[in-house]
Amino acid sequence: MLLKNLCELKGVAGNEKAVRDFIKKDLETAGKNTTIDRLGNLIVTNGVNSDIHIGITAHMDEVGLMVKGIDDSGLIRFTNVGGLDPRVLVSKVIEIGDEDIPGVIGAKPIHMQKSEERKKAFTIDQLYIDIGTESKEETEKYVSPGDYINFISPFEPFGNHKVKAKALDNRVGCFMVMELIKMNLPIEITGIFTVQEELGLRGSQVAANNLDADLILVLEGTTCGDLTEVEPHLQTTELGKGPAISLMDRTSIYQRSLVDKLTAVADYHKIPWQYRRNSFGGNDAGRFQHSKGGTPCLSVATPCRYIHSPVSVMDERDFEGMKKLLTLFIEDLSKGGVL
Amino acid sequence: MDSKIFLEKLIQTSGVSGHEDNLVNIVKEFFEPYADSITIDPLGNIIVLKKGRKSSGKIMLAAHLDEIGLMVKKIDENGYLHMTGIGGFDQRVLPCQEVTVHGSENLFGVIGMLPPHITGGKQEESIKLENLLIDVGYSKKELEELVSVGDIVTINRNMRSLKNNRITGKALDDRAGVASLYEGIKNLHSQIHDVDVYFVLTVQEEVGTRGAITSTYGVNPDVGLAVDVGFGKTPELNTHDTLILSKGPGILVGANAHPNVFKALKETAKKNHINYQIEVAAGPTGTDAWPMQITGSGVATGVLSIPLRYMHTSVETLDWRDIETTGQLLSHFVMYFNSKEMEDFLCY
Repeated sequence: MLLKNLCELKGVAGNEKAVRDFIKKDLETAGKNTTIDRLGNLIVTNGVNSDIHIGITAHMDEVGLMVKGIDDSGLIRFTNVGGLDPRVLVSKVIEIGDEDIPGVIGAKPIHMQKSEERKKAFTIDQLYIDIGTESKEETEKYVSPGDYINFISPFEPFGNHKVKAKALDNRVGCFMVMELIKMNLPIEITGIFTVQEELGLRGSQVAANNLDADLILVLEGTTCGDLTEVEPHLQTTELGKGPAISLMDRTSIYQRSLVDKLTAVADYHKIPWQYRRNSFGGNDAGRFQHSKGGTPCLSVATPCRYIHSPVSVMDERDFEGMKKLLTLFIEDLSKGGVL
Repeated sequence: MDSKIFLEKLIQTSGVSGHEDNLVNIVKEFFEPYADSITIDPLGNIIVLKKGRKSSGKIMLAAHLDEIGLMVKKIDENGYLHMTGIGGFDQRVLPCQEVTVHGSENLFGVIGMLPPHITGGKQEESIKLENLLIDVGYSKKELEELVSVGDIVTINRNMRSLKNNRITGKALDDRAGVASLYEGIKNLHSQIHDVDVYFVLTVQEEVGTRGAITSTYGVNPDVGLAVDVGFGKTPELNTHDTLILSKGPGILVGANAHPNVFKALKETAKKNHINYQIEVAAGPTGTDAWPMQITGSGVATGVLSIPLRYMHTSVETLDWRDIETTGQLLSHFVMYFNSKEMEDFLCY
């Protein structure tokens, strides 16, 4: 399954090669032209010529960790790549580098702690990785500073139409762009798979500088905080209530008339949808909208619980709804009149 | 049969304190070829007897079967499960774990965690156990037939090999001890020993060494050893509170170790070139040997500790060679009584 394959690939920000190679191969097999720019963004065209040209984009990178150094005892110290709460790291198995060296992030035994200690979270500087080696020299045979560290989290369907995986933010978006490119929709589409979104929308700046489109759709797996006791205004989205459409976030305000056209399509076809009800977080729209002379953007996302952790969760029905809504909206665009 | 496969099966099966039943058949399957009898006492302890040539004494070797775990205490209106701990859990090891909820069927779940986008970077405090939720992907209504308050929850973790014969997984505390007892009985299979040996796999150790209380009473041994795990050396711990991985089991010295048992273990290790370390425990040991020692008319006890890092997390890590070494020391210790009368041994 394509989404499973995408999620299980290693793609910490700055190290997107495995994801890029996978997408490139898949789209070339489907007969599409691909190019890679200097930053590593993958650009694909669907081969259609039309008056209107749209861009659809998703970032390939995910948050993760990087090796900082090795202690004399052979234990490995690390830092985060992208926004990561260190509290998600404790008591996990990870893999390091191209050779997938397994290691564990352990914790001080509870027996040796004072009760006060348990109330404070471990900081990233207190944590380390143990790969079973006994000295610095031995660890150096397998691991070097700068190696990327990946979470292990198999794609797992569960519950009522739920899926657990790592990196649903944003392989969900990558999946959507791939599918929409392959559908042979009657409109000129450029697909842009960006790098380094999690480090501050880095790849998209360069991609935006090289793109001329009439509209750009930014596709994502987005924050969902619908946990019991989280204030409704902080929940942002709810699982199972359909794709989330953005009005505003930290990096963009979306053109309201376009947002209304998108929601009208959803309503007309009775596809459940929801607003992304929070202005925290930003995405590549912040670059695409404001580059060159400016390009209108829309942001559509599948709600995902626990993003930026190894165990994000989505509802397949939101995901399917997002795909259907985008397909219908793009078909409408191709008929003219929307833009 | 292969001891490592036995250990893998053990740690990938759940057996939280008071709920060790799933492990019984695995233990029976592996121990049966070497045992004269296998019985289960009323509390659930598994007692494997290997009879000696002369039955000139009784030695009890104990390792606990149970592991720490979680229990469902509430199903809320959104279908999230709230939990409480069984045994000593550090709440900090729980966020973002994948779990199995042992309901009317086994359900996959995750212990969720709000993303930094919502928590706003407030990461200094640990999340309290009472604020952590298990997400099993169902609504409250859908869960009615599936989950009840009181159902057990365990963390999902397969055994993995690291460098240098190291292995990592959950519940190595104290399935590692169980595996070393298995090594011990296999070593004794080709030997003729005089004393009766009771390999006792105890229940409910993690909630207060309870299985050892009843099983010791039932066996009524002359000499008893608890084989448990000891704190492996890591940077945040005081060196003198720890054992080094791969250097053999810790032989415990202190009030919980009968001086003759301590001496005999040390001498047996030396004589047979078996690696060992000394572990100091001035007071309570928190092992099965603690209640064992004061059962009935008293038992001459000792403790062997297999070095283990990150105890009570789901990434407990040990060196396989320490399990083998412990098994060798156990079988040689049994053989020691071929040349030593039990009565003499027990004299101060």
